[in-house]
Amino acid sequence: MTAVERQEWDVVVVGAGGAGLRAAIEARERGARTAVICKSLFGKAHTVMAEGGIAAAMANANEHDTWQVHFRDTLRGGKFLNQWRMAELHAREAPDRVWELETWGALFDRTEDGRISQRNFGGHEYPRLAHVGDRTGLELIRTLQQRIVALQQQDHRETGDHESRLKVFQECTVTRILKNGDRVSGVFAYERESGRFFVLQAPAVVLATGGIGKSFQVTSNSWEYTGDGHALALLAGASLLNMEFVQFHPTGMVWPPSVKGILVTESVRGDGGVLRNSDGRRFMFDYVPDVFREKYAESEEEADRWYEDPDRNRRPPELLPRDEVARAINAEVKAGRGSPHGGVFLDVSTRMPAEVVKRRLPSMYHQFKELADVDITAEAMEVGPTCHYVMGGVAVDSDTAAAHGVAGLFAAGEVAGGMHGSNRLGGNSLSDLLVFGRRAGLHAAGYAADHARVPVEDAQVSAASAEALRPFSAGAGETAGATGATAAEPGPPENPYALHRELQQTMNDLVGIIRREEEMMQALHRLAALRVRVRRAGVEGHRQFNPGWHLALDLRNMLLVSECVARAALERTESRGGHTREDHPGMDRTWRAVNLLCRLTGRADDGPVRGPAGDGDPLPGAIELVRETTDPIRPDLLALFDKEELVKYLADEELYE
Amino acid sequence: MSGYEARFAVWRGDADGGGLEDFRVEVHEGEVVLDVVHRLQATQAPDLAVRWNCKAGKCGSCSAEINGRPRLMCMTRMSVFDREETVTVTPLRAFPVVRDLVTDVGFNYRKAREIPAFVPPAGLAPGEYRMMQRDVDRSQEFRKCIECFLCQDTCHVVRDHEENRTAFAGPRFLMRVAELDMHPLDAAGESGLDRRRTAQEEHGLGYCNITKCCTEVCPEGIRITDNALVPLKERAVDSKYDPLVWLGSRIRRRPSP
Repeated sequence: MTAVERQEWDVVVVGAGGAGLRAAIEARERGARTAVICKSLFGKAHTVMAEGGIAAAMANANEHDTWQVHFRDTLRGGKFLNQWRMAELHAREAPDRVWELETWGALFDRTEDGRISQRNFGGHEYPRLAHVGDRTGLELIRTLQQRIVALQQQDHRETGDHESRLKVFQECTVTRILKNGDRVSGVFAYERESGRFFVLQAPAVVLATGGIGKSFQVTSNSWEYTGDGHALALLAGASLLNMEFVQFHPTGMVWPPSVKGILVTESVRGDGGVLRNSDGRRFMFDYVPDVFREKYAESEEEADRWYEDPDRNRRPPELLPRDEVARAINAEVKAGRGSPHGGVFLDVSTRMPAEVVKRRLPSMYHQFKELADVDITAEAMEVGPTCHYVMGGVAVDSDTAAAHGVAGLFAAGEVAGGMHGSNRLGGNSLSDLLVFGRRAGLHAAGYAADHARVPVEDAQVSAASAEALRPFSAGAGETAGATGATAAEPGPPENPYALHRELQQTMNDLVGIIRREEEMMQALHRLAALRVRVRRAGVEGHRQFNPGWHLALDLRNMLLVSECVARAALERTESRGGHTREDHPGMDRTWRAVNLLCRLTGRADDGPVRGPAGDGDPLPGAIELVRETTDPIRPDLLALFDKEELVKYLADEELYE
Repeated sequence: MSGYEARFAVWRGDADGGGLEDFRVEVHEGEVVLDVVHRLQATQAPDLAVRWNCKAGKCGSCSAEINGRPRLMCMTRMSVFDREETVTVTPLRAFPVVRDLVTDVGFNYRKAREIPAFVPPAGLAPGEYRMMQRDVDRSQEFRKCIECFLCQDTCHVVRDHEENRTAFAGPRFLMRVAELDMHPLDAAGESGLDRRRTAQEEHGLGYCNITKCCTEVCPEGIRITDNALVPLKERAVDSKYDPLVWLGSRIRRRPSP
């Protein structure tokens, strides 16, 4: 094997969406030489698809808004399972993170008096989302991208090299985090364009890889969302927190089939859109759960008045948190009151003039017109739930974003767990990216300043190379046996695209929006069988920009993450947020204080297939679960809620401590 | 509409050369060209190289030339083609091929670095920025840009004249200069940077002869020529005479139908 090129950096950021770019900016500004690695071109990350806005209690639209109200909304949305310190930091720091974007050139929509406009969104008590029409994510990514270019221009003036202190390795994929003992030593990656392998040596690595949606068939997520960071963290010895919580966004497109799952922004409802079933009924009034009953309108009249007079009316139930709306839509369709293509109707055409629709929801207008021949200013959209976001993720320290258990590893954004509890509120993702992206960059740079690089071991690099090359020798297992554990499995090569489709079908059908014990057991068996076959995923051609090869490598990550979701979902015998058990329909207060941590068992990625309990385990797999009790919520934060409300969530012993 | 079998011709090859490869491939109701390319990957050509990401017209990754016209594959419905016609998909012609439909768009990233960044106004702390909606409208239109680089691909200043590449930033990045120039709080002037002059002298604004090809291919419908380039030319005229400004203003003043 030819020598693998090595470079030395202080901080390596994996992922170039909102969290990754914000982390990189912070690390570079703190003096760390910083490398960013991303699978797509610079500026194309999944963050561009965020539409509605950035939640931050700036109080521009309603003077009563404060970080405390935002914190309270976030905990209610997450059904109190949030890592409360993260939710606190998030609510406190989000306004500064938004204002800072303006100093880098961002142009948000304005209020009458020239401040940043804020819009209503599900679960937020006040209009809180800073936005740019319905393309807020694009504005965020472009602003951060342009800030990075500005820093590179500064470095060019000072050193003659744009990339001396901050470099973006675009269209590269990290397949392994390298470690020396307990500490991070760098990453192993390949360049997609050439297939060339390289190693970046660094004491600190920030994971900012986003989510896992590509394990599901109907999803709003792009191809990048293959759970890379989640899997890399697991393989490096970190734990994943509460992976059972997967958000199904209530409104994805349902027709035509090729666009099924593409997001329809929540702003449609925030700005006045309503949901109706095939009888024309605004069915959300029938689905307001007890815990939210006092905060939502009981009649259409009251709901409609709220848009103009929010202080004296309660909000429409279309603006319940996403988990509630998604379940309601699912139930309506199941009851036979769905739209022709298996969704429900989302209507703005009867609610506001065509010109207003086009101005406030330009990309939705465009998207439906172009892709579905539907004019949303004249007719209703058909929408249904789509896999959108994973609340679970790498278990991290709230303040520093450091992954528990692996020195030098950090995680921020969707790949990190805890912040959103069991369900994320719309708008809290972009703010999460900025707040914790910055914190991860800050603390990674600090860590890198205090810790020298540790050597990368040759054996790890060889093993990573062999693992990455395995798809090229699929089907040759019998002859390759001599090279050891990384050789291909014996048996015919498998088509990675077909394997991917089977995985998506399994997760969609058996671990989807409504879950049952038998189905999840079945899913785990199928995942175990798939894992054997994935080792035989074979590719044609060579290493130069070969999508079949890229997918074959991503399958490892998708399978690991899918198993985490299925195993944790089977374990949690209650329904809460983004985890709904048909066989355990209620929210159980005793589960509120329980975190489920996923860890790798033994040599799970390469060893024989077996369960956590050994060869006789009925559910063979790579993942084991550990229960952990959550930290008690700080008393001054608990005091932000009424006792009557807390009783609905907290166990008695938590209440009276 | 039921499914049918379409004829596709897809350019395959690399920097050393290549050619069109013919395929027969199933097409279903409502599909776009990118769906069909994906089906080719999954069933006939697993190593067919193509860039894509959001599949919703928001990221600008899947740019290609479809029947010779620069377009996003994810926003090109199959229903716009006759079922009998062969759909030809080729890589962006203005950029060097890496493999199949993937090109090296590094030119654009180099140009991006040549445009000086937003200069924050002195004396305004974060949170103190006040701008009226009507004053940010113009720059916001340009910030809708998804950097698909179709305008860069189609602009004949770049497309047909390799030698212009050093001096000419292309429509996307001249529009970036216009965006910053029209930003209500950009303090470039105070810092001694004349964006209008640099548009002309450093980014090659004079090469643009406002044929509006860029505007025609923009999937976001940004009026690049009328709203960014012509006004920039007009603003630049203070420091340098450009005969096309006269023509530009004539075109702009034409009454709309």
